[in-house]
Amino acid sequence: MSGSSPLALPEGLRDLEPVRSIRAPARLVYTFTAGEATSRFLRGIASKKILGERCPVCGKVMLPPRGSCPTDGVPTSEQVELADRGIVTTFCVVNVKFSGSAMELPYVCASVLPDGADMGLFGLVQEVPFDQIRMGMRVEAVWVDDDELQPNLASIKWWRPTGEPDAPYESYREHV
Amino acid sequence: MTDAEILSAPLVLEYPFTRTVGPVQSAFLTGLREGLVLGVRAGDGRVLCPPVEYDPVTSAELTELVELGETGTVTTWSWEPDPRPHQPLDRPFAWALVRLDGADSALLHAVDAGSPEAMATGMQVRIRWSDERAGSITDIACFEPTAAGPA
Repeated sequence: MSGSSPLALPEGLRDLEPVRSIRAPARLVYTFTAGEATSRFLRGIASKKILGERCPVCGKVMLPPRGSCPTDGVPTSEQVELADRGIVTTFCVVNVKFSGSAMELPYVCASVLPDGADMGLFGLVQEVPFDQIRMGMRVEAVWVDDDELQPNLASIKWWRPTGEPDAPYESYREHV
Repeated sequence: MTDAEILSAPLVLEYPFTRTVGPVQSAFLTGLREGLVLGVRAGDGRVLCPPVEYDPVTSAELTELVELGETGTVTTWSWEPDPRPHQPLDRPFAWALVRLDGADSALLHAVDAGSPEAMATGMQVRIRWSDERAGSITDIACFEPTAAGPA
């Protein structure tokens, strides 16, 4: 409290360190149920496979699959195994630490479009200085050790550059 | 695919906010830490607890703090039969609005009454302080019925 406050504190509180702030965390505890299509996808992840699902109308490959095409409103009909390499379509450099994260700053979070997919996966890009990461960069998945594979995206530790030439913007402009 | 093949997992969303409290709530919370409840006098003479920084009628800045008693009156209540984690008590209790002696408005808190039959609008309750106080509304552990009965 500033010295100019017009509040007159009771005598017993005057020489004490005042409370200035409170912790007011908002905490929501859920059980997330993946549903059929995403469960298929997550089981694939646990065996180092990236499985998308194709829309029978537009032919696009959804990732992670939710079991239907958001554009055509029909169930996806075909499971498609995708490469575990692809293109950084867009990314951000994270400069702010948040609680619970052990990541060293700055680091890069990117949307990676695996070859053959029409939607990207979010992940980290590592093994390259953050300021060399760019749109169109070719990357490959770095998986956890086989005995640590789980049906969740933590099984992909991060993505790293393959060293291949960048993809031209036209090749992924629909996916940015 | 059977239900057993559908994956599910815990998912916790948490936003660890810290917020500053301003001068009036600072005084209120500092008071709680020291075992003292403060209200604030509004322009129409009423004493508000919990205290507010600005007059709810005129919006004028409020500056007169008033020391209140540790006993009060339940003005309304609702029984909580199945407390959830992090609620004030780990056994069934009443949520209640308590008008502390000396105040004209009421404070939301828990009453450790044992059963809903022990609750009544107008009953007298007393603050049970927490053993460890840190400048938070939880410095009041809860209220408990006094022997005095209805006001």
